[in-house]
Amino acid sequence: MTVMEQRGAYRPTPPPAWQPRTDPAPLLPDAEPYRVLGTGRADAADPELLRRLYAELVKGRRYNAQATALTKQGRLAVYPSSTGQEACEVAAALVLEEQDWLFPSYRDTLAVVARGVDPVETLTLLRGDWHTGYDPYEHRVAPLSTPLATQLPHAVGLAHAARLKGDDVVALAMVGDGGTSEGDFHEALNFAAVWRAPVVFFVQNNGFAISVPLAKQTAAPSLAHKAVGYGMPGRLVDGNDAAAVHEVLADAVRHARAGGGPTLVEAITYRVEAHTNADDATRYRGDAEVEIWKGHDPVALLEQELTRRGLLDDDRIAAVRQDAETMAADLRARMNQDPALDPMDLFAHVYAEPTSQLLEQREQLRAELAAEAEDEAGAGSGPGGTQR
Amino acid sequence: MTTVAAKPATMAQALTRALRDAMAADPSVHVMGEDVGTLGGVFRITDGLAEEFGEDRCTDTPLAEAGILGTAVGMAMYGLRPVVEMQFDAFAYPAFEQLVSHVAKMRNRTRGRMPLPLTIRIPYGGGIGGVEHHSDSSEAYYMATPGLHVVTPATVPDAYGLLRAAIASDDPVVLLEPKRLYWSKDSWNPERPSAVEPLGRAVVRRSGRSATLITYGLSVPVCMEAAEAARAEGWDLEVVDLRSLVPFDDETVCASVRRTGRAVVVHESGGFGGPGGEIAARVTERCFHHLEAPVLRVAGFDLPYPPPMLERHHLPGVDRILDAVGRLQWEAES
Ligand SMILES: Cc1ncc(C[n+]2csc(CCOP(=O)(O)OP(=O)(O)O)c2C)c(N)n1
Repeated sequence: MTVMEQRGAYRPTPPPAWQPRTDPAPLLPDAEPYRVLGTGRADAADPELLRRLYAELVKGRRYNAQATALTKQGRLAVYPSSTGQEACEVAAALVLEEQDWLFPSYRDTLAVVARGVDPVETLTLLRGDWHTGYDPYEHRVAPLSTPLATQLPHAVGLAHAARLKGDDVVALAMVGDGGTSEGDFHEALNFAAVWRAPVVFFVQNNGFAISVPLAKQTAAPSLAHKAVGYGMPGRLVDGNDAAAVHEVLADAVRHARAGGGPTLVEAITYRVEAHTNADDATRYRGDAEVEIWKGHDPVALLEQELTRRGLLDDDRIAAVRQDAETMAADLRARMNQDPALDPMDLFAHVYAEPTSQLLEQREQLRAELAAEAEDEAGAGSGPGGTQR
Repeated sequence: MTTVAAKPATMAQALTRALRDAMAADPSVHVMGEDVGTLGGVFRITDGLAEEFGEDRCTDTPLAEAGILGTAVGMAMYGLRPVVEMQFDAFAYPAFEQLVSHVAKMRNRTRGRMPLPLTIRIPYGGGIGGVEHHSDSSEAYYMATPGLHVVTPATVPDAYGLLRAAIASDDPVVLLEPKRLYWSKDSWNPERPSAVEPLGRAVVRRSGRSATLITYGLSVPVCMEAAEAARAEGWDLEVVDLRSLVPFDDETVCASVRRTGRAVVVHESGGFGGPGGEIAARVTERCFHHLEAPVLRVAGFDLPYPPPMLERHHLPGVDRILDAVGRLQWEAES
């Protein structure tokens, strides 16, 4: 049977024969976001996994702080921080197997780094020395996507292609709550469901799209409910509960891998920082709200759980923090070096072979640069130099 | 191989044959779009492909152009060569964001690590009596998007050759199919299809000494007809069929204009901000000292595509082309 035939064949439906195409009940999300930490389920959670998540969360938070500091030093053009959302970021990377693919948005640098991509290469886009700094094929991470939700159909196509080739590949695609209003969100979910593509759509509902709260974005009961309209299961999870996010995403990945098709996961979380360093969040929200969310902090929640179960002592906490500091120091040191830029690169990758028009323009820039260099050399050599 | 003599074939047949040959030659070639499977496409260009290669290779997608192109991007990322059919010119617009932000840029933004070998076939242009939204000449939008190749055939052999070359290209190619010419016939030998030329080469369709008509796609046959009619006026017109708008074959175009000293650019797309402005500028910049007259443009009017009963007034026809040729300052010569 071909992949396409698995969708079920065309069958005529004379008027009285109408039935729902799928039973909606099993697709509905739970009434409450799924939680593990601080519930009876916590005891069953794998200690090794919890420790791993904890180490990554601490590192992730440190990464966000370091990257934000780099914007202040002028080393990054802009940084959209995921502080407060680290549980989502880390879990998204950890649930994937080596051969799987991650499709991140601009806010998901942590997930990209947790997947193994070099932290400095991850920041290329935000430093501005190129767009995508890493090789997408090395760790199977698509470029950080800035046009909202446009990465979602890519994930569907890639997962579909892998399935056509008989490869065991799942694609996990990340998007924000605002991004769910985009047409590409709808089209991607619809294609994925129709094709039964092995995709997990992971929405981080962090409360805001820049300044716009979710209430102005949707009238749906929840974003997870949207899944039902496409004929795929929707899951709702506490996005600050790393164990819960990991479990729900891992379930969805398993379901996709087994041929069950896509899942939409909505994680309820909160963007603690402004949209980016360039944004002023006081124009649209109060500190009190932020403080409430800080009381439901993903790092603290996991730390409490690990401490309660005796899986974390001061030495271990110190070691984890030391690791994070080492990572930050390395990031700082490397980001403080000026990137090597070659203006000729501008023309190198527009097409497989530059067109004759681009070759002409490249020569023009080369001549301009040569003249500039000559001017500088001349200006340096005293009165004979050209002054402008 | 038994050789079949050249016989009349339509452009539609040549396109179908190109898809079929490409699919047979390379299992990574996948055709996808609206109604391309069971029906064979509204213009029947994909006729028989689903039957021959299966629905996994020739797929009826959900009806959503951004989704079609967006998923094709993902498929290309994984090493397939998708060939996407947009049902009509004006119905390709929902896919514009994917085209501009991803298809055209992916190679560049990843420093060449993630090229996207995909072909986007778009039936375009008017003169078919189509109601609103079925007759746009949208090439200027695509031309203005660096990273895309934009090509359009005017003959049956070129339809085959350009489509094969587009599919073989490691860059994304927008293939604008002149739908009015789908059923035009030409003598063509499907067993020995024209050599697949590299994308980006124009061709002189008709040699002449008096002036050059620079044109492409739908307007090529109109210009050929105009050139014939011009003989009565004593003009011997050369016709250059661009075939490729991006990259642009400055060499062939300028060589012709330098020979003739006069040029008119002809296309259906609107003149203001249209391809003709770019072409006239390029020719003027490069051939100024060979020109006996300003480069003129004959284009569609600058209006939304007219209703079918009025479209003949909009489309550049033989008379309008000859009027332009007449304005090429011939008196200065005598
Ligand atoms: C297609 C598109 N429209 C607008 C923007 C500008 N923009 C960047 S981020 C953003 C808000 C996105 O909010 P959300 O999807 O909730 O993600 P978050 O930033 O909260 O992670 C907007 C409007 C964009 N990047 N892409």
